[in-house]
Amino acid sequence: MHPVIRGGRLAVYVAAWLPVAYALSWLLVDQGKLTWRVSAAVALPACGVYALFCLSAWYPCRALRPHAEPIARIVITHLASAVVAAALWAGVAAGIFGALPLTGSIAPALPAVFALGLVLYLLAVALYYVVLAVDAARQAEAREAEAYVLAGKAELRALKAQINPHFLYNSLNSISALTSVDPGKAREMCVQLAGFLRSTLGMGEKAAIPFSEELALTRSYLNIERVRFGARLEVEEEIGAECDGFPVPPLLLQPLVENAIVHGIANLVDAGFVRIRAHQTAAEGDRPEEMRIVVENSFDPEGQSSRQRGGFGLASVRKRIQAHYGSGAAIQAAAADAVYRVEMRLPLSGKG
Amino acid sequence: MMTAMIVDDEELARKLVREMLAAHPDIEVIAECANGFEAVKAAAREKPDLLFLDVQMPKLDGFEVLELIGPGVKTIFTTAYDQYALRAFEVHAVDYLLKPFNQERFDGALELARSRMGQPAPPPSDLAAAARPQKYLERIVVRDGARVHIIPVARLDYAEAQDDYVSLVSQGKSYLKQQTIASLEKALDPRQFVRIHRSYVVNLERVVKMEPYTKDSRVAVLSDGKQLPVSRSGYQRLAVLLGETL
Repeated sequence: MHPVIRGGRLAVYVAAWLPVAYALSWLLVDQGKLTWRVSAAVALPACGVYALFCLSAWYPCRALRPHAEPIARIVITHLASAVVAAALWAGVAAGIFGALPLTGSIAPALPAVFALGLVLYLLAVALYYVVLAVDAARQAEAREAEAYVLAGKAELRALKAQINPHFLYNSLNSISALTSVDPGKAREMCVQLAGFLRSTLGMGEKAAIPFSEELALTRSYLNIERVRFGARLEVEEEIGAECDGFPVPPLLLQPLVENAIVHGIANLVDAGFVRIRAHQTAAEGDRPEEMRIVVENSFDPEGQSSRQRGGFGLASVRKRIQAHYGSGAAIQAAAADAVYRVEMRLPLSGKG
Repeated sequence: MMTAMIVDDEELARKLVREMLAAHPDIEVIAECANGFEAVKAAAREKPDLLFLDVQMPKLDGFEVLELIGPGVKTIFTTAYDQYALRAFEVHAVDYLLKPFNQERFDGALELARSRMGQPAPPPSDLAAAARPQKYLERIVVRDGARVHIIPVARLDYAEAQDDYVSLVSQGKSYLKQQTIASLEKALDPRQFVRIHRSYVVNLERVVKMEPYTKDSRVAVLSDGKQLPVSRSGYQRLAVLLGETL
């Protein structure tokens, strides 16, 4: 929509033309040696016509954006339009003068009328570019605000999906049982659970954390599950010291370990193990140096959830490493001999 | 006096139920079980009045345990999952306790159990079918004395009706289960299993060919050479299905 017609600006626009009409009258008096009355009689309708002309300058302005078109082309186009418009305006003024029963001549004033027309047209062009710039800035602001809201929503969704509510309910049930059996242990588990929730909720905001932090989160998760599962859960760790500072996207390891428990240990009658290994490997052939993280767990091959052992956790981790590392990273899952194994390979030179 | 069994794979959860039962001297805990197999065995041996039953457990879930134990025992489910509540009441559970629960809620469940004690057991319903309203069976559980067999449906070759029982044939062995063939048919995925005869449901993947038998009937030949009769309407059902899948 035309910016002058928008939001009651038309009255302001018309009012702005009154001093222009006065200026034109003055030109006619000064250059054409006409009387004020005659000048005004020509200037008012001429300005009315030219006000409409200048409105039309909006459309080439909108079509020719400075960032999309060469500047020279924009300048030439508007200058040419200005020349045509100003010439037409001078013609209109002469026509109005000729149509009125008046004596004298307007011809000596026409160069000045042409010059004024040129200036007015270019002023209108400048004004429209200001309007366009303001509009663009507003839109960008709105987009940014929208993106911010969307990002917040996405984060919330991710967190909701990340913390398994049944993990919480079962942990609370364990605490409830411990309050009489072993109050000290109940308190200890409250602390562990709070620590786990605090770090999980805080991690959503970060793009990357040191691997040691992710490992600490995973360990506090495992400590809680150890209370629930007791001797049924055996945890083994083999972590290279060189991995500690390696930046990884948050919640990379913990969901895999949670899968290992939910789809592995929880379905076993006897004890089962969760094994976490991490180390860096040297460059080998066309393979650059990388970090390798392996999560293995025992599972019941005849168990219920054999079809969905990878589950939601694996899909979300896969998505997260793809977003973070692109095609440089890989994640593979395989089951063999009652052991489920997920291996991740993350390039050391990837985006940190 | 009532006898009770606590079935939960988490030791702390069992301890909690036991502790809450301390306020009820009329209830005696006769067994604690950490998985479904143990529960089925113990229930067959001890015949408890009341069962505290978790849903998600190794080997057999709570619903499968109940199916194998049969009606008769009053059941209170204890689970962290709220999505099984509907299923629980379809299998005539006394109550459904969401973990964590308090003594008051627990007492209320026991009150309900006591009030139902004198009542006869509800008629044996098609537990397997009722318990899984949306999806088809993935495995069939069969009890043979104190032993429990789990047959994944992919390994089921065919089922044959035998009065009130069905004989389930899988990898050369057959298992007898108290169920009608109609209810079994309903619980199985109709894209994989077809009722080819009044007395037979067959796994489509096992059928290698069809041969004429009499003027009006045919036989289906399975991959192991076994021949099953196919009725006229059974053949029509088969033709529709094969027309769709081929």
